[in-house]
Amino acid sequence: MAYRSRLAHICSSSAGRLGCLQRSGNTDALSSFRRLYSWWSSVQPAPRDPILGVTSAYLADTHPSKVNVGVGAYRNDEGKPVVLQCVREAERRIAGRELMEYLPMGGSAKFCELAVGLAYGEDAQALKDKRVASVQALSGTGAVRLFAEFIKRFQPESSAYLPVPTWSNHHNIFRDANVNQNTYRYYLASTRGLDFEGLKEDLKAAPNRSVILLHACAHNPTGVDPTPDQWKEISKLMKEKEHFPIFDMAYQGFASGDTQRDNQAIRIFLEDGHQLACAQSFAKSMGLYGQRIGCLSVVCADAAEAAAVKSQLEFIARPMYSSPPLHGSLIVTTILSDAALKELWYKEVKDMADRIIGMRTDLKKNLEDLGSKHNWEHITKQIGMFCYSGLTPEQVDRMTQEFHVYMTRNGRISMAGVTSGNVKYLANAINEVTKV
Amino acid sequence: MLEKGENKEYLPIEGLAAFNKATAELLLGADNPVIKEGRIATVQGLSGTGSLRLAAAFIQRYLPGVKVLISSPTWGNHKNILNDAGVPWSEYRYFDPKTVGLDFDGMLADMKDAPNGSIILLHGCAHNPTGIDPTTEQWDIIADVIQEKEHIAFFDVAYQGFASGSLDEDANSVRRFAARGMELFVAQSYSKNLGLYAERIGATNVITTSPELALRIKSQLKRLARPMYSNPPVHGARIVANVVGDPALFDEWRAEMQLMAGRIKQVRQKLYDELVAKDKSGKDWSFILKQIGMFSFTGLSQSQSENMTNKWHVYMTKDGRISLAGLSSAKCGYLADAIIDSYYNVQ
Repeated sequence: MAYRSRLAHICSSSAGRLGCLQRSGNTDALSSFRRLYSWWSSVQPAPRDPILGVTSAYLADTHPSKVNVGVGAYRNDEGKPVVLQCVREAERRIAGRELMEYLPMGGSAKFCELAVGLAYGEDAQALKDKRVASVQALSGTGAVRLFAEFIKRFQPESSAYLPVPTWSNHHNIFRDANVNQNTYRYYLASTRGLDFEGLKEDLKAAPNRSVILLHACAHNPTGVDPTPDQWKEISKLMKEKEHFPIFDMAYQGFASGDTQRDNQAIRIFLEDGHQLACAQSFAKSMGLYGQRIGCLSVVCADAAEAAAVKSQLEFIARPMYSSPPLHGSLIVTTILSDAALKELWYKEVKDMADRIIGMRTDLKKNLEDLGSKHNWEHITKQIGMFCYSGLTPEQVDRMTQEFHVYMTRNGRISMAGVTSGNVKYLANAINEVTKV
Repeated sequence: MLEKGENKEYLPIEGLAAFNKATAELLLGADNPVIKEGRIATVQGLSGTGSLRLAAAFIQRYLPGVKVLISSPTWGNHKNILNDAGVPWSEYRYFDPKTVGLDFDGMLADMKDAPNGSIILLHGCAHNPTGIDPTTEQWDIIADVIQEKEHIAFFDVAYQGFASGSLDEDANSVRRFAARGMELFVAQSYSKNLGLYAERIGATNVITTSPELALRIKSQLKRLARPMYSNPPVHGARIVANVVGDPALFDEWRAEMQLMAGRIKQVRQKLYDELVAKDKSGKDWSFILKQIGMFSFTGLSQSQSENMTNKWHVYMTKDGRISLAGLSSAKCGYLADAIIDSYYNVQ
């Protein structure tokens, strides 16, 4: 046949030349040829993810005193990952029971119902009016990504505004969704607190009807949250500007220990009549990191609009992953729909939050006891998993190289990685690198 | 897994290492030179869809403007995935309604017509929706054309083991292409063959020409995955790794796959027998036996398919595709009646 004989004309095409070289047995030439003619010779190694790369570096380190205060995953006082008792119990109940047929594209309806009840408060009017569109998502990342794709499709003229700083992956998500992004001031280095005036100025200066990303509680990476009064002002300002709030809530319950206190920003906005969206994650608050379980919800004008919005979100999900994974949704549903398990969860999440608050106190005290001249008040004023220490990138590098303490270069310390066993060592390391 | 009580920490972006190793070995065979030489980048993905999407995003970034050719017909979500990833696509002829078989000449002609350096999306086995697979000889000719045109082959492998009952046999097409030293994309899914539908477990594989390239490609796949879902779900990956890593469980799986594939073959036979018995016109229904996998393209038109549903309460897709997995031997007679009525009495 014609096509076979074209292959026989060796060395006239790269396919032919490859055949030549393969037969020649000259492995060096073959290697160079392959690199030259590969489709992918222009592919450069990607930069390491600034957060997840820290953990892999930590794992590769063999030093006995190494400390991982990099990634935001909770550890107990022995520095071990924790699976909550309520989760283990839920799994016992699930095991061997459920079939593994596909979930619908929007995930488990029961899961979504329970998730939004938790996020907005069971008594939220929007829920009673059935005008909240919700879909199960791939944890917080997946929820934000769905939202970004949705904005791109249905409000393409609106730019997204992200706080400075924010979780680094937020920038990646909006960029890969091709949504135009800007920033608003958030963290004030001089006070290690909120730059409230800067925040208000920037939200005022943004064009009307912009999309504003807000961290509902326990801001990542700074741990700096607005007060309830400040939230009220932000809400009012955003209403005047007709801005759209998207809340990223990855730490509900984990910040103060009280789920209905940690969502107060959302409840304030709902009372003020905002149509908002919420990207929820159960990774930290239920310790379900690897299950990838979260929820994206969007408050709409009425039930019909909510149905339309939900269908469009499903339409975005279908060519991304068809339907979300089942296991995590079964766990969450089992816990939240059983009064006793829910109570147990509340207790366990409060215990986690309390341990972290305790570690903040200990770290600050240790630094003061070491005679550090710096002001470490922010360690206890900030909230949630992270402390924005104020360490410079160079100081962070010294932390890693000299003391084998792994953290992200923006100076963020994951308090979840601090234990009574390592807090003194950590304080000493910080003190050493910050000595004047 | 319940007894082991493992933790629920994040997987790395590329997924569970034990799963990635297992899935590449299942695809190519553990002793395949591609694996021994480290020339494969494997990243755990969200079942078939997610793995296809990740590969599509990679293509969009590194081969912008290059077109992917998809079979006519193909799984409905392929075009959605390519559209949402911003990758242009066009179709190559595949299904021949006259023979209810493969339009091989049309397929080759369309592949040759495409600009050099296009991407050809192929179904590794058990083509969805037609159930029509090329023969081994035809696969070799397809590979010849792809090499000649300097195209790149992109395999969607959603039914390995499920089609013939044998994991190795069903991977034949991919392995033959890999043996030629071709660079390939392969998206895998464990939804059907391990019944893990809802756990969303699969993999994106890129087979390339050197281990250094494989590492670089893997890092870029991770960079694309991070803003999609950060890291993949652990549960399904652990199940696969456990099944494959335990010889007794692996044997059990192999036997169960034989059973599943066997049941489908039996039901095809039964349906065929019923059709031949009831349809006296002498129409050739043997395509039902020649097709493979879960699906059969009956050749029914849209209106005929609608008749199946409206009159006979048989639920199928409008392109004439029936899922044999949903058919019990008890219902074969009824289905045959419905098909015969729709085929002859509806235009």
